Formats: sequence, C-alpha cells, structure tokens
Amino acid sequence: MAVGAENSARLGFQGPAGQTWYQRLNPLTKLVFATVTAVGAVLLGGVVGPLLLVLLAVILPAVVAHVLGRLVRTSLLVSLPIGLSALIVNVFFFPGGRDVLLQVGPIAATREGLEFATQILARIAAISGAITLFYLTTRPSDLVLDLERRGISGRAAFVANASVQTVPRMVELAAGNVAAQRARGLDTEGGLLARVGGVVPIVGPVILGSIADVEERTMSLEARGFTRPGRRTLLWAPADSAPERVARWLLILALLAIVAARATGVIG
Amino acid sequence: MLELESVTYRYAGATEPAVHDVTIRLAASEVVGLCGPSESGKTTLCLIASGLAPRAIRGTLAGRLLVDGADVAGRPMHELVSRAGICFQDPTTQLSGVNATVYEEVAFGPMNLGLPRSDVVARTEQALETLRIGDLAMRDPSRLSGGQLQLVAIAGLLAMRAAHLILDEPTAELDPAGTRLVGDAIEELAAAGTSILIAEQRTDLLARICQRVLILRGGRVAFEGPADEVLADPRLEELGGAPPSAVRLRREAIAAGIDVGAVDRAIAAGATA
Repeated sequence: MAVGAENSARLGFQGPAGQTWYQRLNPLTKLVFATVTAVGAVLLGGVVGPLLLVLLAVILPAVVAHVLGRLVRTSLLVSLPIGLSALIVNVFFFPGGRDVLLQVGPIAATREGLEFATQILARIAAISGAITLFYLTTRPSDLVLDLERRGISGRAAFVANASVQTVPRMVELAAGNVAAQRARGLDTEGGLLARVGGVVPIVGPVILGSIADVEERTMSLEARGFTRPGRRTLLWAPADSAPERVARWLLILALLAIVAARATGVIG
Repeated sequence: MLELESVTYRYAGATEPAVHDVTIRLAASEVVGLCGPSESGKTTLCLIASGLAPRAIRGTLAGRLLVDGADVAGRPMHELVSRAGICFQDPTTQLSGVNATVYEEVAFGPMNLGLPRSDVVARTEQALETLRIGDLAMRDPSRLSGGQLQLVAIAGLLAMRAAHLILDEPTAELDPAGTRLVGDAIEELAAAGTSILIAEQRTDLLARICQRVLILRGGRVAFEGPADEVLADPRLEELGGAPPSAVRLRREAIAAGIDVGAVDRAIAAGATA
C-alpha cells in the first residue's frame, strides 16, 4: 500500500509535510503571529506602522510560503467591500473636513477624509492580510490537533473545526442546488434583480439540506465513538520547538509593549 | 450474536410505526440481507440494530436489542460502537468533515476510542489495505469522488473492528469494481467471525454474500429464508425488486427451451472434477 512509503509500515502516520518552512511552523505560532499583526496594526494607528506590518508580517512571509498571489486575491476579495465603503464614507462624509479636493454635486471629498480613509485602509490591509496568510498556510485540522494536544477538549476542538469547515460545505451544497435549479430553467444570471430572485428558491434547500446533514452527521459521529468520555488518541500533532515558543512569547511581549506605548501616549 | 427481538419502532411525531414486530438473529460469521422497496423499514432496522435508534434519533422502541446476549437498552452509544458498527448510504455525511487526509479520517473512530497509537495505526492501515485504498491515504477527503468517499467511510467502519456490522446500502455510490471490493471485504470479515446485516437493493451482491435474506414491506417482514430461495421468489418482483442476474438468466434459458438441468449438471460435474 502507499501510505507514505516505509513510514506507514514502520511508524504509522506522521502527518502531512508542509511545503515550505513557513507552512511547517507550529499552527499556534502562526495564529499568534496573525493576531499580533492584526491587533498591532489597529493599535499602532497612522499609515506607516500598519503598512510596515503589511510589508514585513504579511507580504514577506507570503513570499516565503509561496502564497503571495493567492493572498492578494483572497485578501482583496475579503476586504474590498469594507475597504471601498470605508473609503467613500470617510472621503466624502468625514466630519469636520474643510480642505475640499473635489466637489461632486452637494457632497465634497476632503483631504482630511482622504487621510483618515488611508489610515483605515492600511489597517484593513494588515488585518485581512494577516488573517488570510494564516488561513492559506495553516490547515484548520492542524490547529485543532495542536490545541487538543495542549489540553483543549476534543469535543470543543471538533466544534471549532467543524464550524470553520461548515462554510465551504454550505457553499458546495448551494452550488449543487444552483446547478439543479438552473437545469430546471431557473434564471440566476443577468441583472441584480434577476440574481436576487434566483437566490430565493435556493436558500430553503440549502438550509434544510444543512439541517438534514447535521442529523446524519451526528449519528455518524455517535457511531464512531465521538461521545465517549475521556481523552482520545492523537495520531500526530504538529511539531513545536523551543525557538518557536520563544518567538511566540516575544510576539506577545511586543504586542504588550505597543499596548503600553499606546496607553502612555508614546504613540498616538 | 446480534438479535433484534420483536422490535417495533415509531419515529417521534409519526402516527404509524416504521417497523412492526421484526425479529432478526445474526450468528457469528453470518451475513443477512435486507431487501425491499423504499420506506419498507430497511434503514430503520439498521438504526435499531446499531443502537442509534432511539439513542441518536428520537422515537419509541418496543422489543429488545441484544448484543452478544446482553440487552443493551439504556447503555450509552459509545459502549456499543466497538461491538456493533454501522455504515450509512450517504458517504458525505458519514465523514467527520474535519480531517485533512483519508488516513486521519479512517483513524477517526479508533482515535475516539482512546486506543494506543500503535493500535490506531494498525487498524487504519489494515482497513485501507482491505479496501485497496492505500493510495488515497494522503488525499483530502473533500476532493474524492462519491465512490471513493464510500470506500473511505466503509474503511472507517472496518477500523472500528466491531464484531457486528450493519451496512445500509453501502454500495449505493459504487461502481462494479467498488461493489466487488466491498463484497470481498464482507466475505473476508464474515470468514473471520464478524456477523453482518446488510440492507441492499443490488440482489447480485446479496446472492453472492448472504446466507439469509429478509424481504420487507411496509415495515414488516414479507418473507424470508435462505438467500438463493428468497432472491428467486417471484414475490420479490411483485415488490419492485430485481432478481439476481443468475436467476434472470436461468428463467430466460428455461423460456428459450434450454435444458437448464443439463447445464446445472455439467457445471456441478465441472466443479467436482
């Protein structure tokens, strides 16, 4: 059989290998890194701090992990709607904006609004970039295994993981329903109204299908001993190392330093 | 031995029982088939036999489920799973949905039992080997075809190493090659002492692996008996079932005036030669 060649026969499953050293980092390290980047960008404020974080804590690791293209696409997809809203609202409706850059009918774009919007956009870029980088370089199941090894109950870890995995499952279910409805003549293309009208008959089956799924999935879990009390066996857990533990604490200390600097007015 | 003694099951909110007064006994190494039209009670019987009804699905059970002679009423599900395991028809809902590889998915049940890691690995690899899906071990389960997923789900059941297996239309998503593999696995398990209850529409598979078959209608046993007799019974077709190809072929040969007795004698002579 071909279960990782000799590895399977002698040692059993050791977990899948990551593609680059960044992917192979412990999931908790990457989670701490993403959290510190996102929270740090909010606390630092301004434009330079968050943009530096984007460069050093998002783009650079993304290049190392060979995911820059996907990171940019996914990050834009996630942050574009909120970014555009923030830009329009702040540029045109910034309270106290005096220096008018552009007049469009009764509303005016102001320099103060543009500056503030730029700050917001820099933060959004850092937050969405950090989260996307974590998502692209870490399998949810690896994080769950790592947390379980650290003492989190298997059931809590499963619920967290299952919640993350539910979204793609529902998207898949919706895609199947769309295809089925289109095969029966439903128009889901064209203008906005036509698309909205097309969504209505799909919502019900997706929700009901998901509920039915949950019932069957629950029975399957029961049949596979999931409700057994006590700790379950971990087949493997992502590797961790002393340098990574030190790095995590340093990152947390750095975040605390930013909090302190912010609280004492060193940065403002 | 797995025994369903005069079981009647009514789902919560239903006016009529889905299963009426059914008795089934499965001895070690015995393979018993359940066949019948939709809503004849096959799945409900599988749920009762596995202990999931009424533990995980609301309803009222009358009668008894005995596993190895012990009445398991009131026993929690996690105590039953290492003695009676079940595999459902839809593979997508049988998978945990949280494992990144087929290997981890198959190992999920044994891991839940808290077995030593070496046992989990041995069970997982044997299950993958039995169904010849070792090459899928490192694949993402969410990227597999329906047939591959079904084999993974069955492998997950085999890895539990229960003494009694309940299979609810396990080949619904499988092609002929996959169906053969499942048939081989069932024969292998039965030879090793496992008792197996299988609900299945494919009568060719039932004819191959079952010693006995029960035909269900409206939640009751319409008729039952040795597999070769029941699957050749004309009443099977009246209930919408298709007889196995060997039975159909034999009937067509007789209709065409071929001396089937001579053919049988020739086959028997060949078999003993």
